[in-house]
Amino acid sequence: MNARIFFYTLVAGLFVLGITQTIQRHMAFDIPWMPGETRTVWNIDAKVEFDATDKAILASLTTPFTQAGFTQISQNAASPGYGLSFLYEDNHPQAQWTIRQAEGPQTLYYNIQLLVDDESQDQAISKMPELVDIEYGGAGVAADLAASSDIIQDSLKTSADAFSFTRELLKQLNADDPNQNVSLVLAGKATKTDVLMALLNEAKIPNKRIGALVLEDGRRRQHLQPLVQVFQEKDGKIESRLFDASTVKAVDRTNLLLWDQSGKALLELTGGVNSKVSFSMIQQDQPALAAILQKTDNEHLFNFSIHSLPVEDQSLFKGILMIPLGVLIVVIMRVLIGLKTSGTFMPVLIAMAFIQTSLVTGLIGFILLVAVGLFIRSYLSHLNLLLVSRISTVIIMVILLIALFGVLSYKLGLTEGLKVTFFPMIILSWTIERMSVLWEEEGPKEVFTQGGGSLVVAVLAYFIMSNEVARHLMFNFIGLQFVVMSFVLILGSYTGYRLLELRRFKPLADKE
Amino acid sequence: MFFSSPFKLRKKGIMGMNQRNSGYVGRYNPRRLYPLVDNKLKTKIIAREANVTTPALLGVISMQAEVEKVASFIENTPGFVIKPAKGSGGKGILVITKIENGRYYKPNGSEETLADIKRHVTDILAGLFSLGGSADVAVVEGLIQFDSAFDGFSFEGVPDVRVIVFKGFPVMAMMRLSTAASDGKANLHQGAVGVGIDIGTGKAINAVQFDMPVERHPDTNKELKLLNVPKWERLIYLAASCYEMSGMGYLGTDMVLDRDLGPMLLELNARPGLAIQIANGTGILPRLKLVESLKDAEKMSVEERVAFAKKHFAETPLVEIA
Repeated sequence: MNARIFFYTLVAGLFVLGITQTIQRHMAFDIPWMPGETRTVWNIDAKVEFDATDKAILASLTTPFTQAGFTQISQNAASPGYGLSFLYEDNHPQAQWTIRQAEGPQTLYYNIQLLVDDESQDQAISKMPELVDIEYGGAGVAADLAASSDIIQDSLKTSADAFSFTRELLKQLNADDPNQNVSLVLAGKATKTDVLMALLNEAKIPNKRIGALVLEDGRRRQHLQPLVQVFQEKDGKIESRLFDASTVKAVDRTNLLLWDQSGKALLELTGGVNSKVSFSMIQQDQPALAAILQKTDNEHLFNFSIHSLPVEDQSLFKGILMIPLGVLIVVIMRVLIGLKTSGTFMPVLIAMAFIQTSLVTGLIGFILLVAVGLFIRSYLSHLNLLLVSRISTVIIMVILLIALFGVLSYKLGLTEGLKVTFFPMIILSWTIERMSVLWEEEGPKEVFTQGGGSLVVAVLAYFIMSNEVARHLMFNFIGLQFVVMSFVLILGSYTGYRLLELRRFKPLADKE
Repeated sequence: MFFSSPFKLRKKGIMGMNQRNSGYVGRYNPRRLYPLVDNKLKTKIIAREANVTTPALLGVISMQAEVEKVASFIENTPGFVIKPAKGSGGKGILVITKIENGRYYKPNGSEETLADIKRHVTDILAGLFSLGGSADVAVVEGLIQFDSAFDGFSFEGVPDVRVIVFKGFPVMAMMRLSTAASDGKANLHQGAVGVGIDIGTGKAINAVQFDMPVERHPDTNKELKLLNVPKWERLIYLAASCYEMSGMGYLGTDMVLDRDLGPMLLELNARPGLAIQIANGTGILPRLKLVESLKDAEKMSVEERVAFAKKHFAETPLVEIA
């Protein structure tokens, strides 16, 4: 009895393990349940233009992080003659081009692909940006100082923390009818963003300039929109919020990519003048899986899965991982239905050949080959040959037949017929040999029952194994193998009647 | 209705293939003993040691070089049988019933030459008829002169009696009669007639061909109800003693009746088929369950077991199975 309990625990364990792993994979890696789901990928080009001054050039372009809403899939750069490296300096990523000498107008391209990803998070903020003095560039330093401290005093009174303070400042700066102080600080050349940052700095509130890119499909020659990120520390945690100096409204982060989070310059250039950075972007819909694989490729999280193998081996596994489903069909047909097949798992092999040849071609080719093979084999049985050489003869015969069918169908313009070469020859030969022996011993009826049974199971297995959804699921969710295994195990302990036995024993059951 | 309800079958105690495999064959037949049963030569050897009569052994051919020796084995015999030691389902059994002027005749009258016979032996050695195609040996046995009690009941073949022996108890028996459809072979799925035999008396109960009831033999038109197996006592005694000999808990024993030598063991089967239930018109499960419920079954002698079986499993049982 204990063995039974252990068995059912094992089966249940395998089942739960498989299902858990599958769900975990779906949740953690976002692998879709259905094939063909698509995800949006933004393909963004940054074009850096400047005039070289015949000196050594070092150009560093700040590039975006993976951030809330976007996950970086790949980046690359086109820059003829330049040395290129992707660096991570001062806590922000950048692309750096270098060349010993260049002259005249230069154009450098940087490309990044970002997956629209609801699950990605902003980078954690580790430290506050430092406070710096910024000049307002208004009427005069003294006047500015007086005006700015008035503005700050006004805002401080009506606010509670750094964020509400910033909002109060924005209200003053963007008022329809600005007061005298505001007009004074805005009088200079400085932008509202600069003024806002200067005011925040003066109020000892850490802040940072952010360059954001509004994503819109097919846009070209775009520029970064300046935003101000305001920081405050609360309960030992650093929080931040984005503000747009030109409006009181909160910043909408949908389709907004925070490109430059360095707080410094977007482009640092030595050895060139008149630099200009512009952006163009397109939106692409990629199959979800490919996008996710690219995403995780970077993260090295798939290292344990088949996806970490070279593509060639992956496609091999794509076939192998379907076999358990075919085997499950065989088990069901034999244990629950009671169908006779010739050779236990031969139907699975035939089904795999069908996948290569396509069903109708495969069926016609298979039946034709076996029929002609049986005919020729019946002659061989008169020759009194040893078994091994007889089988070998059948193999050679099958190869010749396949060649003949291939050439014939090609000449007749039926390129489909060429697919017969996909049939595993050894399997075919054994099928012919077994069928032939069966024919001699048990008569044609048994040959048709077993051959028919094999083909029925093979066709069923073919439909399951070639099903797109099944292929997608089995390949991407390794856990399903455990689920199939638990089914096979539980079927192995089934002691009830087979469907065909209900027919067979009917006269017995109906007696009396 | 095309199918009968599984509950109805269950109620009648009919055993299905899955249950036979996991509940009986898998549980009571130790894997390591299979070679004794699957190899007819080994069966013959252990049968001799256990004093169970078997058909006369004329010779064994185990190598291709020895194929020529077959001629010497079959000299001066009225007839003979060549079979593969590891054959299954009656495959590869060649029966010669008449030898005249160097010509050999099969039961259906067709002629075989000595070359044909050697080819057959070659096929056997190459493993054509054995499970998995492994190399095999050919066993040459004397022809059984079957009992006249079976005249008219069989067409061109030796009728045999299949007795299912469960833990040493003969639980169910059936006579297998070859027909024209079965080509002289005694396998039910090939078209032989199965006649359920009363464990108590050796008399016919019920007959089937291709799983359907029949009244008369399809070729000889003899009424099958009249069948009565002679020397029945000795036959089931021999069958029951195959348990000790083979160690198999769930065993199909194939017995034949020789005119002169009486019942003898032809072969053993570790995976006996289910058709015996149809031939007997009753399910086998209640009988198996009864035997399983016996506590001191292991201590009972062959005689006690046969007596128990006759008492409980007879057509008109002395004691009803609960």
